[in-house]
Amino acid sequence: MAQLTCSKLTAGYEGKAVVKNISFAVNAGDYLCIVGENGSGKSTLMKTLLRLKSPMSGKIEAGDGLHLNEIGYLPQQTVIQKDFPASVREVVLSGCLNGCGLRPFYNRKEKKLAAENMEKLGITNLAKRCYRELSGGQQQRTLLARALCATRKILLLDEPTAGLDPVATAEMYDLIAELNKSGTSIIMISHDIANAVKYASHILHIGGQTMQFYGEVAKYEL
Amino acid sequence: MSFNERLDQLVYLFQNFAFARYALIVGVAIAFCSSLLGVTLVLKRLSFIGSGLSHVSFGSTTIVAAVAMGIGVENFQNNIFWVLPITILCSIWLLLSGPHSKIKGDSALAMLSVGTLAIGYLFMNIFPRSANLAADVCTVLFGSTAILTLGSKTWMVWLCVGLSVAVSVVFVLFYNKIFAITFDEDFAAATGIKAKVYNMILAVIIAVIIVLAMNLVGALLVSALVVFPALTAMRVFKSFRAVTICSVIVSVVCSTFGILLSAMYDNLPLGSVIVAVNIAVFAVFSIIGLVLRRG
Repeated sequence: MAQLTCSKLTAGYEGKAVVKNISFAVNAGDYLCIVGENGSGKSTLMKTLLRLKSPMSGKIEAGDGLHLNEIGYLPQQTVIQKDFPASVREVVLSGCLNGCGLRPFYNRKEKKLAAENMEKLGITNLAKRCYRELSGGQQQRTLLARALCATRKILLLDEPTAGLDPVATAEMYDLIAELNKSGTSIIMISHDIANAVKYASHILHIGGQTMQFYGEVAKYEL
Repeated sequence: MSFNERLDQLVYLFQNFAFARYALIVGVAIAFCSSLLGVTLVLKRLSFIGSGLSHVSFGSTTIVAAVAMGIGVENFQNNIFWVLPITILCSIWLLLSGPHSKIKGDSALAMLSVGTLAIGYLFMNIFPRSANLAADVCTVLFGSTAILTLGSKTWMVWLCVGLSVAVSVVFVLFYNKIFAITFDEDFAAATGIKAKVYNMILAVIIAVIIVLAMNLVGALLVSALVVFPALTAMRVFKSFRAVTICSVIVSVVCSTFGILLSAMYDNLPLGSVIVAVNIAVFAVFSIIGLVLRRG
């Protein structure tokens, strides 16, 4: 069974459907890229997948040993974060919180996990730096390390290269491809179709309120 | 009177009168817990929730007092037991309304704060509690004018201390959760943190803090007590933990200093002195921050 299956999903705001009739499945190790114009409903779909809003109709199911709250998430930057006084280590550690339950503090295992993920993304030397003083690329790595603390199985990335310079963008794509190779499934929202085709294994194209294409990248025509 | 004489007078005051010591205890307790959530409120763009909620408690204070007079209860002093729940309800309503509701956070806040302020003042005029209306209004708006009013009711002292301890314990237990939902509520919710529940806890804590802090600095100055220490600490420190610890220290030191100053000089009203000290420390920290960044 696939890790994440969407069948005939309709999502939207306050009774108005933004995207209709979306069906796709993500298997372990897949790299799915959701592409579409600005305003086509990509972010709404993402929020519905994350259960931040409930679907208007249709179903989202998890399988293959995945629980719906084991989806790691790399959100777009919010205004709050622009002047938040937090060290990189504090931000990364906060990804471990879903394993804590009612326990008020992090245990040794979670601190180790955070340290490993910082090492993996090459930000160990930044651990004590203030998050708001980092470059865009470093901030994204920090948030990616946090997402990896929440799960190893599947990651949802919302425009991970928005606002990055070309060098940082290329590094980010390589990093994501590397994570994918080590077994993490990736769902990425992007309007950068060229890079989507280059890295992804599957493409989901949204336009005109519905699904224009879904399938393997080889069959996708630009 | 020379400075030394005033200092002697201060020592005499604290050696011989329990109310002075109580006032200091209450002041420190309130300052301690009011600074805990400052960072969260500043970052959630809710700096003015202090003002809003304090006006709510001002309004409900006067209404409760008027009703008490109406049904013939004299010397109605335990009104905090009514004011606190009303303020908590309003706080929950404000915090949970979130970014997608019909009336946005800031306009809801404006409506609530101005509305309750007007109703409160209206009730005070219709049902005056004492002959000296102006003094009553002044106390509610600007806090205790002297430490005498702050430390004279023993039950109030213990209530303040008890609530402060409770707020601090809850804050420490939920510290990591509060950090997570402040930094990125969507991420927390997506990975299975019950963001709504913790926002609710936050709302209750904030309401308790506001009602407590009103005793110290009054309805108009509450926001200063909540927000200044956090902003001060944020000038210099970079991590959430360092900022939180620093703002607690700043808050306690400023309030203690303010209380002592107010006790030394009769013409210095307690609430505004504390806020003035906070402003001064903020200026000092701003300069330190600038120097550190240049250097």
